[in-house]
Amino acid sequence: MSHEAVLHGHEGHDDHAHHEHHETFLSKYVFSMDHKMIAKQFLITGMVWAVLGGLMSVLFRLQLGYPEASFPFLESILGKWAKGGQITPEAYYALVTTHGTVLVFFVLTAGLSGTFANFLIPLQIGARDMASPFMNMLSYWFFFAASIVMLSSMFVETGPFSGGWTAYPPLSALGDASPGSKSGMDLWIIAMALFVVSSLLGGLNYIATILNMRTKGMSMTRLPLTIWALFFTAVLGVLSFPVLLSGFILLIFDRNFGTSFYLSDIFVNGVGALSNEGGSAILYQHLFWFLGHPEVYIILLPAMGMVSEIMSVNSRKPIFGYMAMLGSLFAIAVLAFLVWAHHMFVTGLNPFLGSVFVLLTLLIAVPSAIKVFNWLTTLWRGNIRFTPGMLFAIGFVSLFISGGLTGIWLGNAALDIHLHDTYFVIAHFHIVMGVASMFGMFAGVYHWFPKMYGRYMNNSLAYIHFWVTMAGAYMIFWPMHYEGLAGMPRRYFDYSIWESFKQFADLNRFISTVAMIVFATQLLFLMNFFYSIFKGRKVTTQNPWQANTLEWTTPIRPGHGNWPGEIPEVHRWPYDYGKDGVDFIPQDVPVGENETSH
Amino acid sequence: MSLYLSIAIIALIYVVIFQIAKASEYVSILKGEENSRKQNNKINGFLMIAFLVLGFIGVYVCNDLLFSKTLLAHEAASIQGEKLDQMLWITLAITGIVFIATQILLFWFAYKYQENENRKVFFFAHSTKLELIWTAIPAITLTILVIFGLRNWFFFTGDAPKNAMVVEVTGKQFGWIFRYPGKDAVFGKKYYKNIDPATNSVGILWDDKFAQDDILTEQTMYVVKGQPVKLIIGSRDVIHDVGLSAFRLKMDAVPGIPTTMWFTPKFTTKEMREITGNPNYTYEISCDQMCGNGHYSMKGVIEVVEQEEYDLWMAKQKPQYFVAYPEKDPSAAPATTVAKDSTSKATTAKM
Repeated sequence: MSHEAVLHGHEGHDDHAHHEHHETFLSKYVFSMDHKMIAKQFLITGMVWAVLGGLMSVLFRLQLGYPEASFPFLESILGKWAKGGQITPEAYYALVTTHGTVLVFFVLTAGLSGTFANFLIPLQIGARDMASPFMNMLSYWFFFAASIVMLSSMFVETGPFSGGWTAYPPLSALGDASPGSKSGMDLWIIAMALFVVSSLLGGLNYIATILNMRTKGMSMTRLPLTIWALFFTAVLGVLSFPVLLSGFILLIFDRNFGTSFYLSDIFVNGVGALSNEGGSAILYQHLFWFLGHPEVYIILLPAMGMVSEIMSVNSRKPIFGYMAMLGSLFAIAVLAFLVWAHHMFVTGLNPFLGSVFVLLTLLIAVPSAIKVFNWLTTLWRGNIRFTPGMLFAIGFVSLFISGGLTGIWLGNAALDIHLHDTYFVIAHFHIVMGVASMFGMFAGVYHWFPKMYGRYMNNSLAYIHFWVTMAGAYMIFWPMHYEGLAGMPRRYFDYSIWESFKQFADLNRFISTVAMIVFATQLLFLMNFFYSIFKGRKVTTQNPWQANTLEWTTPIRPGHGNWPGEIPEVHRWPYDYGKDGVDFIPQDVPVGENETSH
Repeated sequence: MSLYLSIAIIALIYVVIFQIAKASEYVSILKGEENSRKQNNKINGFLMIAFLVLGFIGVYVCNDLLFSKTLLAHEAASIQGEKLDQMLWITLAITGIVFIATQILLFWFAYKYQENENRKVFFFAHSTKLELIWTAIPAITLTILVIFGLRNWFFFTGDAPKNAMVVEVTGKQFGWIFRYPGKDAVFGKKYYKNIDPATNSVGILWDDKFAQDDILTEQTMYVVKGQPVKLIIGSRDVIHDVGLSAFRLKMDAVPGIPTTMWFTPKFTTKEMREITGNPNYTYEISCDQMCGNGHYSMKGVIEVVEQEEYDLWMAKQKPQYFVAYPEKDPSAAPATTVAKDSTSKATTAKM
């Protein structure tokens, strides 16, 4: 029924919104093909995962901060995984692994791209829906299935996968080497395979929609930077996720069918010598990081796009250097495919090959620097409104600078050979891609919440949320640089036996305490979000932020099809703020006779 | 009980914050949208500049408390480490300047250009000149860093000096095995299917003529101060990583694919105890690649000693062949009949 309605909608743009098709609860909220509803489904599923993933980090930070203490309530929740109230190493590694997997893929890929690509692409390019609403629906449901399988892996007897989110074989291939690599790992791979399908279905759809379904007058260089960022994100995903899937398929073969793609010369304690010979464990790392590095930008680019847009709107000033912003997005997207081996400097990589990757990696700093300077210039001589979205956008830039600069340390192989796999790396990537992208996501939620639900979120709660999170993020991750400079390795359950690292016990306790406070503050955001959906202050004007992009020309609560009448025609780029003394000129306003061109 | 109490208190705090926030929203509605926006701008603009100032104070305090705990606080223990530290300082200086400058600009602009009815926004959409400047400057700076970095990189990963002593390091879940080539300075061949955890932990082929004087030790490796050491690194089961933070180096141990790394220790363990002021100081080998549930306990030790002490230690080591076949040991009590049997055993042990 609703499938037909959508198809119909594309054939006859105009009458679509008028005809009253009967929507059941199932077709409206569950198997919806409206891009706005699918976006909300992605967002809320992503939020559930963010809470779970965040809770996991609180649990393992509890172990790191208080390795000697016993928390009886943990035993009542986790059972044998926290005997005597202390998290076991098995549970610790499972928590670390699942935290990484969930946050990288389920929250910051599906939750971020899934939400904002779905929500913003049709609204900002002036389309009634995605190119294929049905594929769009499938994309969400594959993600949902992946979520269920991943969740179920936590309840198998041998525990969920515990070999780190990168899942390097042989550890991930040999159930005898680690209990987490038994059936928990099979479920992990199945979940990830479903996830790849979801992200391909989504990505193809985003690309097709952006290229084919722009409204009249919306040339590619009139697209808001959000759309460009989401476009490059989708391209990165479509080109790199299949490589990851192929890597996983070979891993399944090694695990279950006796092949030796990744295995060679292995003697497992208590089992003996395996028959596998001639495989290369490093091959997996190449396949993994061929996705793994673009993945970093899959996470980061949407945040960059939204920050550019939100910053321009709230500075009441055009984004500085639109073409340079676009060019740097393109440069980052291309370079993303040419730097994967900088994760592998200490694997025994050919030093000459390593040097090429050093050069290409540090090259990324150039487009990144351009973006930062352009954001700064956008603020310069603007008229800044500190909406919650704007605060998170500014926070994003601060974090992107801090975390990006340490990338220059780690990308240089001669320093990486010392800092690799230490807390320096944890600090670097959590700041630059973890927290920064999370900030981009928060900025997006606060900024587009009025469009999503026709209500505002509570400002006071949002301000508390921002300032505590901003200060907390730095208090958690900044000192970790020092731990890294002391050589402290990642993924250790306990540091008390190490003469070189046990000196940081006090610092670890401090970090854990702050982490708990920051986590508690995120619950405030959740309360605000769900409360505001039903009880928030109602939006009374069509364009509450006085923005130029097309989504604000729709009704306050747009129905399926977005515009009740004709889709507006676009006459200008989206950043005419403060032009000729006029505060803002929306994209659908025709160019006046005496207007100067920008 | 106390658990329920703390849950109740936390819930109460949430409710209180929530109610205050709701009340403040009603107040702002009463004040009018325009007025409340102005007030919010003022508060957040002030917080921006406060964050900048407090942030830099925080960075200073953090550095004050923690710098002495990092490795940069004292001299590196290897010549590789010296070069690497120099590189770290250069990188820190460059990125530090950029960090301070850009963060100041960001928060200062945010504070200075907060909304003001009288300001006319500067419509400034692009400037090729500016954009060229901030493309060129990072590009030039990075070129310098790349050149420095690659010179060191090729030195670190280049061939070890001819006089380097060679030690084979094998990682296993969860410990380290070291093999010294013995008097002939050549390692005997090995094959993983020949591994016997009790007597032949790396799978040496005993009938290889270079094998019988090979020495195996576990957990502790002895090296000589001032003499380059070349490590041939491998793994028996999963990927491990030989992490030598004091020497500023690390290299993965990959099953089936040997890797190498070399370094020249500058101080003995004893000297290092004085330099760091820590009487318990040891050169620790940490496993830096996730290798299973015992990953955090996979610790090895490097004893850096003077040549004489090394020679004394080496003289006490028994070749593994004689550990595996005590009856073949010439220094042990002669037992000729048993020895005959074990010869045949040694040759069949190959497969």
